[in-house]
Amino acid sequence: MTHLPYIVAAYVLGVLIPGSFAVAAFARMRAAARRLAAVDPRANPGSSPGPETGARRR
Amino acid sequence: MDASSVVAPPPSGRNPGRSLHRFANPGRFLRLSGVVLPWLAATGAALTALGLIWGLFYAPADWQQGDAVRIMYVHVPAAWLASAGYLGLAICSVLSLVWRHPLADLAAVEIGPVGAAFTALCLLTGSIWGKPMWGAWWVWDARLTSVLVLFFLYLGHIALVRAFDNPERGYRSGAILALIGVVNLPIIKFSVDWWNTLHQPDTITLTGAPTMYVGMLWPLLFSALGYTLVFAAIVAARTRAAVMERRIRTLLMMRAEETAA
Repeated sequence: MTHLPYIVAAYVLGVLIPGSFAVAAFARMRAAARRLAAVDPRANPGSSPGPETGARRR
Repeated sequence: MDASSVVAPPPSGRNPGRSLHRFANPGRFLRLSGVVLPWLAATGAALTALGLIWGLFYAPADWQQGDAVRIMYVHVPAAWLASAGYLGLAICSVLSLVWRHPLADLAAVEIGPVGAAFTALCLLTGSIWGKPMWGAWWVWDARLTSVLVLFFLYLGHIALVRAFDNPERGYRSGAILALIGVVNLPIIKFSVDWWNTLHQPDTITLTGAPTMYVGMLWPLLFSALGYTLVFAAIVAARTRAAVMERRIRTLLMMRAEETAA
């Protein structure tokens, strides 16, 4: 295979950059869900938005 | 009474702004994203892996570029998502400025870093591809320069939305910057037609048949679709986290006020 170092470098970046963002996003989401459950035990992030989720009225 | 009815405006079939409000309800978003997100992430990861493995090991090499053409399976989806992500940012900005959707601001804030990352990926892989093909890591070509400007627009948006003590002011300023920056998208798209560039012209267009060999086209389409779903999953996960974080802040402030009273 020609240009192997260039190809490997591009593919490593192509996996690492989106992968690191995906892992960070899912870790942040899980941490937020845990904190929300601790603050409001009734809260279920998938079902109950509550009155404080930021909806603005005109 | 269902808690979502507290945040959702009264239902109205006639007012389009109110109908849009209904879909922008953070509670509905949390419910919907909770169901869709695992499927989005899994499908995106699988399609991306399929496209990359296909492109790396089974797609043919180019008769001129040799195997360096395989960089295309990372570079082209990143380039497409750099522009598409900015378009999403601009749409969120319009929704924020015109209809003041509660989710649009949060989504715009969360799209910014992801779009910047994919733009950086596009620039880096383009540079890696350019070195063996053009003999230089970087040239001040119209396409490369306009994508670099897009990267700076993303960075400007990220900085601006966080630059104010009042988040609402940051959201407004970021939305205005995002809308001004939209002018760069057609410049990126048509830069290879308007100027003599080292960068090759488009081989896949919406209006014409692709000029690419089908054995290269399929892995590219799989890779592009996979990366697009991964991008959407990352943005959805970040927006979901932002909605919950906002709710936590509000709950804690409400408790502090109750305690003080």
